[in-house]
Amino acid sequence: MLFASNDRFQPWLDPTATPQLRIENVVKTFDDFTAVDDVSLDIYRGEFFSLLGGSGCGKTTLLRMMAGFATPDKGRIFIEDTDLVPLPPYERPLNMMFQSYALFPHMSVEKNIAFGLKRDGMAKDEIAERVAKVLDLVQLSSFAARKPSQLSGGQRQRVALARSLVKRPKVLLLDEPLSALDKKLREATQYELVTIQQQVGITFIMVTHDQEEAMTMSTRIAVMDKGKLVQLGTPAEIYEYPQNRFVAGFIGSVNMFEGPLRENHADYAVVDCPDWGGPIEVGRGIGYGLGHLTTLAIRPEKIQIAKLDQPFAPANRATARVKDMAYLGNSYVYHVVLESGQVLKVTTPNMGLTPEQQISRDEDVQIGWDPAACIVVEP
Amino acid sequence: MRPVRFLGVPKPGQGRGWVISGPFLWFLIFFLVPFLVVVKISLSTAEIAIPPYAPLFTLTDDGTLSVALHLGNFQYIFSDPEYVLAYLSSLRYAAGTALITLLIGYPVAYGIATSRPGIRPALLMLVVMPFWTSFLIRVYAWIGILKPNGLINNFLMWLGVIHQPLEILNNQFSIFVGMVYAYLPFMILPLYACLEKLDHSLLEAAGDLGARPFRAFLSITLPLSLPGIVAGSLLVFIPAVGEYIIPTLLGGPSTLTIGTVLWNEFFNNHDWPVASTVAVALIVLLVGPLMLLQHSQAKEETR
Repeated sequence: MLFASNDRFQPWLDPTATPQLRIENVVKTFDDFTAVDDVSLDIYRGEFFSLLGGSGCGKTTLLRMMAGFATPDKGRIFIEDTDLVPLPPYERPLNMMFQSYALFPHMSVEKNIAFGLKRDGMAKDEIAERVAKVLDLVQLSSFAARKPSQLSGGQRQRVALARSLVKRPKVLLLDEPLSALDKKLREATQYELVTIQQQVGITFIMVTHDQEEAMTMSTRIAVMDKGKLVQLGTPAEIYEYPQNRFVAGFIGSVNMFEGPLRENHADYAVVDCPDWGGPIEVGRGIGYGLGHLTTLAIRPEKIQIAKLDQPFAPANRATARVKDMAYLGNSYVYHVVLESGQVLKVTTPNMGLTPEQQISRDEDVQIGWDPAACIVVEP
Repeated sequence: MRPVRFLGVPKPGQGRGWVISGPFLWFLIFFLVPFLVVVKISLSTAEIAIPPYAPLFTLTDDGTLSVALHLGNFQYIFSDPEYVLAYLSSLRYAAGTALITLLIGYPVAYGIATSRPGIRPALLMLVVMPFWTSFLIRVYAWIGILKPNGLINNFLMWLGVIHQPLEILNNQFSIFVGMVYAYLPFMILPLYACLEKLDHSLLEAAGDLGARPFRAFLSITLPLSLPGIVAGSLLVFIPAVGEYIIPTLLGGPSTLTIGTVLWNEFFNNHDWPVASTVAVALIVLLVGPLMLLQHSQAKEETR
């Protein structure tokens, strides 16, 4: 998440705050396929909220139900106190930015943006003023007379954003807004979008399959899988405390171990993991009974790696052999094989080691991590 | 080893000339050359001979080649009100047909384009199905439907709605019925091709921005289907101007169109030069505006 101001913006923690958009037990099925399965969400004014998941997880269907292009089979969607479900799209106080941008090819940039204002019957000079303002916001003032076909991909993306913002909706829905841009431009645009969102102060709800994008931009993320809401939280919560295997694997990479719970205390626990080759110490108590099959997850960057002759301190330690390694410039990625045959992914920052200090392929190394680095996830 | 070149892969663009030259050659031999022959005849005068017109080039005894170009035919057809009226009447029928087929064909094409993809081929099949029967037979069938004791009149009289048969054959009405019936597929097909390509998310975006469905249709669908409207209208209008069979069969003996005038000059008066002049004038009158239209469209696209 990008922090633009020092005040922590966390209305979802405030019990007196009322959500701006409420999704209540929404279900949508297509023929025999349940696209959205009993999803409830509260989204607060000013949030940059992301719906994250793989293709077919129901995130886009949920967004389209908010916009009015699909009708829920069950459940209700409220914006402030208005029930949106009976309203047609053209009467809803929210706008959508389409994945394909859906710019009108026969209209100039200016006319595209003015389209929504004209439908509201706004006076001509006021329309011109609003269009000029929003063009300035997306830095396209000199392109007003161009047709969409005469713009680059990035410029089209900003026209689409301007067109959906110009009506000052209560909530802006963004369907994969950055997916058509190349990587470099996408990263720059992530920051731009957040800046614009904070300038206009409109609630953004974004659908994305890109976990990095969701992490960078969102105040909160709802992770969806097979139509269900799997986890809801801030980017840090979701990354540090993924609730289950799916979330842990979807957000970043993760190594997993499984085994029965052997010891359980208030501030630490021990899980027997045959694949690890012994007990793994976990830095917190676990809510299961002894003997319960427990799944542990460890992020690759939280595993330490060292040569055999180096001093090595972590509580959970083992030796392993480096099977593969990759140099990514800013970091190294190692694939190491444990005695059990399980392969772990380990990443370390590039700290400019001398050739002697560097680990090479097929070398035996020590790996390990601190108990606090372990997370217990549901299977 | 020498690479074997068996129907070798040609360089890009190499084969294109050959492929295109086939149809072009066809048009050259079977359209352009006959047309030039017609132009030649139109510049001649009628004679009672075989062929029934004066030769354009004559070699006199003293060895001089004399070329006789008679422009009088063109002067004649534009000064005789009958020809002018025939042209205007043909243009009126063609324009009316294009307009009516557009009004009927647009909703049909729109309906097919927005139907479930699974049933679209079947619906398109229904549109082109009449082509499986001879054109002449289909037009004849309309006589049976429209004549005083035909299907419609008998049915209405049986219902008791009317007591005298309606006069719906051998007049303008029956000509329009036949023309609209015959040319409707030529309007529907290009319109469908255009509407089917239309990106549905554009309409969703218009709705999202506050446009009611009808407004979205006027602002988005209609302007974006303009190429289909133009293509369909031309496909109907051009052959409709020269239409001969429908006005003759359904329009009665007094119908004046360019097609019937041509027939009369050629077969009844045996005046090949005037008939050719009528045909050439028709082509010039049609081609001129069409080229202007295409030119403006090409400019629109490059802009």
